[in-house]
Amino acid sequence: MSTRLVKQGRLIDRSKQVTFTFNGTSMQGYEGDTLASALLANDQMMMGRSFKYHRPRGVVASGAEEPNALVGLGQGTRFEPNQRATTTELFNGLTSVSQNHWPNLEFDIGALNTHLSRFLPAGFYYKMFIHPKPFWKHVYEPFIRQSAGLGKAPDKETKDADTYEHFYAFTDVLVIGGGVAGLQAAKVAAESGAKVLLIEQTAHWGGRAPVDGGTINDKPVDKFVEQLVSDLETMDNVTMRLRCMGAGVYDHGYVLGYERLTDHKPGTQGPRHRLWRIRAKQVVTATGAIERPLSFAGNDVPGVMLASAMRDYVINWGVTPGERVIIATNNDDAYRTAITLKQAGVDVLRVVDARDTAGPLAEEARQLGIRVDPGKAIAKVKGGKRVKKVELCNQNGIGGAREEIECDAVAMSGGWSPVVHMWSHCGGKLIWDEAQAHFRPDPTRPPLGADGEGFVVAAGASNGPLALAEVVTDAHAAGKAAAKAAGFKPKNTKAPSGETTEEASMEAVWLMPANAEIQLRMKSWLDFQNDVKVSDVQLAAREGYESVEHTKRYTTLGMATDQGKLSNINGLAILADALESEIPKVGTTTFRPPYTPISMGAIGGEARGEVFQPIRQTPMHNWHDKNGADWEPVGHWRRTYAYVRPGESVHDAVNREVKNTRENLGLLDASTLGKLIVKGPDAGKFLDMMYTNMMSTLKVGKCRYGLMCSENGFLIDDGVVARIDDDTWLCHTTTGGAERIHGHMEEWLQTEWWDWKVYVANVTEQYAQVAVVGPNARKVLEKLGGMNLSKEALPFMEWRDGKIGDFDARAYRISFSGELSYEIAVPASQGQAFWDALVAAGQEFGVMPYGTECLHILRAEKGFIMIGDETDGTVIPQDLGLHWALSKKKEDYLGKRAHSRTHMADPERWKLVGLETVDGSVLPDGAYAVGEGVNANGQRNMIGRVTSTYYSANLGKGIAMGLIKHGPDRMGEIVEFPGTDGKTYKAKIVDPIFYDKDGEKQNV
Amino acid sequence: MSEPISALNHASYQGIAKVEECGLQGMITLRGDLSDKVLAKAVKDATGQKVPGQREALVKGDTGVCWMSPDELLVLVPYTEVEAKLAAMTNALSGVHALAVNVSDARAVFRISGVSAREVLGKVAPVEFSTEAFQPGQIRRSRLAQVAGAFWMDDAESFRVVCFRSAADYVFKLLKVAAQPGSEVGVY
Repeated sequence: MSTRLVKQGRLIDRSKQVTFTFNGTSMQGYEGDTLASALLANDQMMMGRSFKYHRPRGVVASGAEEPNALVGLGQGTRFEPNQRATTTELFNGLTSVSQNHWPNLEFDIGALNTHLSRFLPAGFYYKMFIHPKPFWKHVYEPFIRQSAGLGKAPDKETKDADTYEHFYAFTDVLVIGGGVAGLQAAKVAAESGAKVLLIEQTAHWGGRAPVDGGTINDKPVDKFVEQLVSDLETMDNVTMRLRCMGAGVYDHGYVLGYERLTDHKPGTQGPRHRLWRIRAKQVVTATGAIERPLSFAGNDVPGVMLASAMRDYVINWGVTPGERVIIATNNDDAYRTAITLKQAGVDVLRVVDARDTAGPLAEEARQLGIRVDPGKAIAKVKGGKRVKKVELCNQNGIGGAREEIECDAVAMSGGWSPVVHMWSHCGGKLIWDEAQAHFRPDPTRPPLGADGEGFVVAAGASNGPLALAEVVTDAHAAGKAAAKAAGFKPKNTKAPSGETTEEASMEAVWLMPANAEIQLRMKSWLDFQNDVKVSDVQLAAREGYESVEHTKRYTTLGMATDQGKLSNINGLAILADALESEIPKVGTTTFRPPYTPISMGAIGGEARGEVFQPIRQTPMHNWHDKNGADWEPVGHWRRTYAYVRPGESVHDAVNREVKNTRENLGLLDASTLGKLIVKGPDAGKFLDMMYTNMMSTLKVGKCRYGLMCSENGFLIDDGVVARIDDDTWLCHTTTGGAERIHGHMEEWLQTEWWDWKVYVANVTEQYAQVAVVGPNARKVLEKLGGMNLSKEALPFMEWRDGKIGDFDARAYRISFSGELSYEIAVPASQGQAFWDALVAAGQEFGVMPYGTECLHILRAEKGFIMIGDETDGTVIPQDLGLHWALSKKKEDYLGKRAHSRTHMADPERWKLVGLETVDGSVLPDGAYAVGEGVNANGQRNMIGRVTSTYYSANLGKGIAMGLIKHGPDRMGEIVEFPGTDGKTYKAKIVDPIFYDKDGEKQNV
Repeated sequence: MSEPISALNHASYQGIAKVEECGLQGMITLRGDLSDKVLAKAVKDATGQKVPGQREALVKGDTGVCWMSPDELLVLVPYTEVEAKLAAMTNALSGVHALAVNVSDARAVFRISGVSAREVLGKVAPVEFSTEAFQPGQIRRSRLAQVAGAFWMDDAESFRVVCFRSAADYVFKLLKVAAQPGSEVGVY
C-alpha cells in the first residue's frame, strides 16, 4: 500500500492537518501536500481511467508532466475538469472527483474497451467511421461525442465565480524556472545591473536539486538554494514570482506567464489567475528535465511510477507509494530512488538495470543491502488496479525465462529529457545528444529576434547537462550571456563549484526487453492518457506513416492533455526503429504553447461580465434606458430600437412611433452619427475626391447629401456634408462609419496626397445631436425660443448656428424621414438637458421619442437607401439609381474609374426597385427572387433579393426595397420570393418611393 | 447656458487605487506644423507652455499641452475658458494652415491615484509603468483594454487618463476591476 512515512516530507507541515474529499470520501492530508501526495498518503493509488480503454490509472509523475492523475476539482461555480493532482496544492475543503468512468472509478463499463483493444488499434477511428458516408453525421459523430473528452465540462448555466486579469511586464532578462539553474542564472544576470524577472511554476524555489542532493561550494545544495533566494530577494532589480508558469515564448521577446494566485486558497480576495504579458530583451529557459518512462508490458498499471517521482513523494511529502518496490532503470540516477526508499525504511526488492555495468551509486545501494540485477529487464507487470507482481527477464531477449516477484510498486527510469518547450516555441532548434539519448537545445540555432540575433538562452538541465556541477556552471554562463545580450556588462565571477556522485553513462533503452514479443509490446504503453502502445506506433509505421507528425495524429500519441511530455521521445524512438531510421532523422513533433493548459479565464482576463466588451453610450443613454429602450447594437454603440411602453409589444411601439412622427412630433437621438471636420486650403479638392458628387462648390451655410465609394467603386458610406466656412467642411457619416471613414481619409492624406493641405478631426462625440421630426417640429423649437427657424431663415438643406432656448446649437435643416425635420447639435455635456427641454416643451405637440426601427421605416417609406441594407460591399451607386450623385463635371473621384469597368457598367446588374406584396403582407428579409430554370447546381436561378422590408403603419401594408435584374424596366410585374417558411411570396415591382413622392411634407 | 454635466458626473471608486471621474476639462485638438512659430505662440498664449516634444506632457492642473502625434497637440484649458481660448487661437492661426477644434465634450477624464496606481494601469495598457520608464512630464496614447486612451502623470502616484466620452462607462468599470481589492501585483 501507499502510505505516509513517519519521517521525511520537507514541504509538509505535520502540525497542520487538512481535510479534503475524493469521490465523496473524506481524507486527511497536511499543509504543503499536493492532492497527489495526499491521495497516496491515503492509499488512493488509482486516480482515474484512461481515455480510450478506460484502463485504471494511477499517478505516474510528481509535477506538470503528469498524464494520469486528472481530477474534476471544486464544485458549482468553481468546478474545473482535468486538473492535475500533482500540481494541485492541498487546501482545507478541497473536493475532487475522478474522471472518465461510469458508473464509478472502481467498476467502469467503458473498461470493456480494454478487452476489445485488439479490435481498436491505431487509426481505428479513421478506418471504421469512414463508411458508409452518411453514418458519420447521424451515427458515429453523436456516439463519439458522447464518449469523447475526459472531464465533464462545467454546467453551461454556471458562471465562474472568480475574476482574472492581465498584467503587462517589461524586463531585460526573464528567467523561466526557479530551480537551482534558474536561480543561479537570475543572480548572475541581476549582478550585471539588468532588470530580472524570475518565474517558477511551483510553490517552491530550488526545483528538484534539494531532492537529488549534492553540494555546491561545499554546502548542501538546499542551503545553497536558500542562500540564492535570500540574495535575490534583497536585489531591487529582481522580481520573483512563485506559482507562475512560463506558458509560451513568442516573437519579439514576448512571453506569457500564467500566475495562479488563489488556486491554493479559493475564495480569497483578488483575481484567481493573472496572465503576465511579458516583453523581455532576453529569455533564459531554466525549465529542467523530465524523466522518461520505460516501455515494458504493464507499465501503465497503477503503482508503476517514475523513479524520480517516487523519490519526490518520499523526500518532499513523506509518502511512499509502496512497501515493496522494484526499480527498473537504464541509468545511475534511479539508484538515488533505491537509496532514498531504503533509507526511509521501504523494502527495495530489486534494482533491475538494463545495463551490464553501473556506477558508484549502484555500489552504495548494494552496501545498503539492495540487490542489483545487471542486464535484466521487466518482462511484465501484473495486476489490475494495483501492481501485484512483476515478471523479470533478460534485457537482451524476447521476454522468456521469467522470474516472478510479488511487490506493490515499481519505479522506472528511462533517462532524462530536457524540457525544451520554451526554447522551441519560437523556432529554437534541437540536436540529438547520443550519450544522454535526448534532444537538447542547439546553441547555434536559438530563436531569433527582430535583429536576427538569438533572444533565448537555455540553462541547466533544460540545456542538456544533468549533473549538478555542470548544471550550475551552465546556468552561470547562461546568466552572463543573457545579461550581455540584453546590453549589460556581466561581472567577472566564477561559477560555483558543484559536486555530486559520479555517474556511469546511461544506455538507451526504448523497449524492455529489447526484442519483446508482440504480446508484450501490445501491453507496453507509450501514452498513458490516450492509450497508445508500442504496437500501435509500429503498426502505423507498417501502414506507411513515416512523418512523426502524421504518426502522432494517426495514433493520438502525445495528443492528450499532457501533450506527450512523457511519451514523445519514447514514441519517436519506437517509430525510428520501426522505420529503420535514426532518431534525429525522425525528429520531434512541434512544441506549441501553452506548456501546460492555462485557464480560459486567464486568457480572457478582465474581459467578462460588465466589461466583456465596451458599450458606447450617448449622453442620453440613461434616459433611454429608463424610458423603455429596447436596445439594438450598432457597432459598439447601443441605440434604442424602440421605446416600449408598459403593455406594448416592441412591434406595437414601433407602429406607434411611426405614426406619431408623421402626424405629430418625434425625437431621435442621432448623436452616434459620425462628424468629421475637414479643414484646409485643399479641403474642397480633397472632398471632391472622397465623395462622388461635388463638395467644393457647396456654399457656406448649405448642406449636401454625399456618397462615398471605395477605389473599387463600391459604396462605403453616405451622409450630409455642411460647409462651415471658406476652408472648413463638416462631414456626417453613418454611425458605424465614423472611425472607419476618419481612417479612410487619413490614409489617403498620409499615403497618397501627403502634400495636400488638409487636416481632419473626428468630433463625433463632441455633440449630442437630436433629430426633431414631424409636422410640429418647428413649433416645439420656436417654443423653446432663440434663433429664427422659419422656412425663409433656414431653408431645406441649410444650417445655422445660434441659440435654441439656453443652448448653443447648430441647426441643420435636413430630413431622413421626408417630414419637416431639424437636426440640432448641442455640446454633449448639455445633451441630456436639451433632450429634457424638448420632451417638456413637446408635450402639447404630441412629442414621442422614436428609435432606429422607426427611423428605418420612415426612410424606407421615402425610398431612401441605407448603407448596410441596400449596400453590402458589392453595390455601386448606379445599382441604386443614384446616378444623380455621380458628378460628371469632376475629372476624378474615388471609384470613378472602377465604375467604367465592364462588369460595373453591365446592364444585367440587379437594380433597386420598390416591392409591394400582392396581399399586403411583409416580405421576408433577405429573401431571393427566383426566375425561370435552374443553375448548374440544380438550384433555381435567382434574379434579385430583398434589401429592406418593413410593415408600414402609415400605409397599412408591407413595403420593401430590393435589387432586381432589369428591375426599373419591369414596373408592375409580379416576382416570386420563396421564403424559408415554405411559402412563396409574390410581390409587385413598384417605384421605391411609397410616401409623399413630391416631397411636399419636408418642404414646409 | 444649461449646466454642463460630464459623462459620469464625478463617479469614484476606492480599491487598491482611487479611481475618479474628474469632471469637465477644456480640450482643444490642435493640428498643424509643430515647428511653426505662429503655432508655438498660440500654444504659449493659451497655456503658458512651449510646444512639447515627442510623448511630452506639459501640464499644470487643468492647463497645459500634450504631444499627440507629429502634427497634433492636445491643448488643456479650464472648461469655462475653452470657447474664448479657442477663438483666440483660431484668430492667431488664421494665417497658417492649422486646425483647432473644441473636443472638451467628446472626452472623459479620470484620475487614478495611490501607491498601486501604476499597477492598475499596467493591467489594461501595454505600457511599461516603472518609475524609470514613466514619469510626470510624459504622455502615452495607447489603449485601455479594448478602447483608445491617453494618460500622463500629475505626480509620482497619480495619473490622468483620457478616453472618449462614449466609453466613459466602460473605462470606469474597467478601472474598477483592475483596482479590485487584493489585486496588487507588487511590481511597481
